[in-house]
Amino acid sequence: MSTTSVKPIRPWAATPRDRILTAFSVGLAVLTSVVVVLATPMKGKLAYFAIFFLAWFVIDSLFVLRKSGPKGVRDGLAAKLTLFGGVLVCMTVFSILWATISRGLKGINVAFLTQNLRNASLFDPIGNGGILHAISGTLMLILIAIIISVPMGILTALYLTEIKGKAAGLIQFLVQAMSGVPSVVAGLFIYAAIILNTPLRSSAFLGGLALTILMVPTVTRTAQEVLNLVPRDLREAGLAMGATQWKTVALVVVPAARSGLITATILGVARIAGETAPLLFTVGVFDGYNFNPFKGDQGTIPTVVWRGLLGGTPESIQRAWSAILVLLVVVLIMFVAARTLGARSMKK
Amino acid sequence: MKDAGMSIDAPVKATPAPRKITTKPRVSDQIFRAIVTTFSFSALLILSLIALFLLLKGFATLKEQGFGFITNFEWSVIADENGVETAKFGLQAMLIGTLIISLIALFIAVPLSVLTALFLTFYAPDRIKRVLVTIIDLMAAFPSILYGLWGFFVLMPMAEYWAKLIHKWLGWIYIFDVPDPIYTRSPFIAGIVLSVMIIPIITSVSREVFSQTPLDRVQAAYALGATKWGMIRAVVLPFGAGGVVGGSMLGLGRAFGETVAVFSVLNIVFRANFQILFTQGGNIASMIIQKWGEAGPKEVSALMAAGLVLFILTLIVNFLANAVVTRTVKSGR
Repeated sequence: MSTTSVKPIRPWAATPRDRILTAFSVGLAVLTSVVVVLATPMKGKLAYFAIFFLAWFVIDSLFVLRKSGPKGVRDGLAAKLTLFGGVLVCMTVFSILWATISRGLKGINVAFLTQNLRNASLFDPIGNGGILHAISGTLMLILIAIIISVPMGILTALYLTEIKGKAAGLIQFLVQAMSGVPSVVAGLFIYAAIILNTPLRSSAFLGGLALTILMVPTVTRTAQEVLNLVPRDLREAGLAMGATQWKTVALVVVPAARSGLITATILGVARIAGETAPLLFTVGVFDGYNFNPFKGDQGTIPTVVWRGLLGGTPESIQRAWSAILVLLVVVLIMFVAARTLGARSMKK
Repeated sequence: MKDAGMSIDAPVKATPAPRKITTKPRVSDQIFRAIVTTFSFSALLILSLIALFLLLKGFATLKEQGFGFITNFEWSVIADENGVETAKFGLQAMLIGTLIISLIALFIAVPLSVLTALFLTFYAPDRIKRVLVTIIDLMAAFPSILYGLWGFFVLMPMAEYWAKLIHKWLGWIYIFDVPDPIYTRSPFIAGIVLSVMIIPIITSVSREVFSQTPLDRVQAAYALGATKWGMIRAVVLPFGAGGVVGGSMLGLGRAFGETVAVFSVLNIVFRANFQILFTQGGNIASMIIQKWGEAGPKEVSALMAAGLVLFILTLIVNFLANAVVTRTVKSGR
């Protein structure tokens, strides 16, 4: 009597035959899309993409129909459709990134990053003048917004997570409502409340106030999430050692959540760095350096882009793309920093 | 002390008076709580100040125009020879325009976002999932003026071509018809740009809700022999429907208030236009920016009132959205 060893079977795994069929259907779909695009007046990358997916749906469904029946066809269709959605979203993001980088790089040079526009206009040939004044203005605005909104946001988050007072539900609700305030309304509000009522005129400070309205909800919500991650044990340990609540929060909870709180700040800054609409009401536009945050218009990157876009000449549009590239690089750096810090604080 | 020598008792040690046990917080804690509580009300303060000041400054217009501010669609300031200004301010065209482009945006963004969220939750391998989540988060961090630039220079030429195709095949439907063959700067294109901007919001909310689908139900569906799609249709979608609706409304709130991106790609005209492929549309936020430059005091007041309308509109949508999302996530039904 001979013993036979049973080989474990994996009925769900793709057999070589399945793989060949998949490859075959994908290949056939690619072929179809190329043929259709070349043969009909349709053109463009998106046409390839759309027809490829359509062809793939049809061809693959035919194969699946033979193997698993109509139920399998529907299952396969759903899988491909969701893939289609994901790929389309990715394509959009890459299109935006690619457009910014490819068009923006052409106008980046030393002068663009080290000069201001005092003696040049947006319409001068590329190489004359730059946006350093706008970079400094944007940094100043961000700094002002951080100084006001970070304490505000973190204290609100502390109220929601540490004190959990009677009004916690209401505050939570209001913070969520605040995150929906349109940026143009924030600008209008500062104009209505301050510029129309006091002798103060547009300045970096007022811009910072307008941006604060947009930044506080982001900081609060992220900070709240992070503070909620701090283990309860730590708080109880602090209290058991005889510390007051204030000491527990200041010496235990906040330090434990430090990197997360920095993440919250960075996310808030990323949210406001590119805001344009409120600046048009509160900061104005200026082509030179202005280091006084309380007086005088200020040049900012978003307004440079805005005017470049409205200017409409090739030079001004080129400047708009280059300026937005600078802004995008700043946002990307902050984004990566927030992610790395956030990942680290999650691990701990 | 005087009879200390006579006493035969051991000297009595005075027991210290028992410390008072109290739940009253220390002074330092009281100060801490007071400060934190005060600051936490800044959200309330800011929101009410916004409403108050916009109302104050826009009151003149609201009083003068009355209910017509919502229902008229003329926007003009005419000065006669004596310098007396007659102003007509009506937001109707802009309100309708805002609704139209936001609905177009939802129409495109909701299916795409739900598909992407399903892909992320149930289909994508771990590594691809992480990359895609990063990409979508990044999308949410793009400045809105970047969307404006991209929409104008990259999307518009493509979308113009799509619009022509749609007009060619579906032109017999009223909304896809155009009075003149001008397809640029239309509500259709503004809607596409907005849809790209709200996809990250809807996707992340939907994903969060989908990922909370009770595992026992998922496994029950599989045990009954469902395919993956069968499971999604029978378990995930009914469970997550509320979250998708809430997320879409959050996106709608964002779409209502978008300014710069829409301004770049939309030709703002004070006429209610339902032909979405035609170069004529409206959007309250962009209109405010457009009229701001040359606005006299009277018009500034009208723009403040318009801002108030926009503010209230987004507040309502956001309230509803948050209520729906919170209820779905909490109830776990």
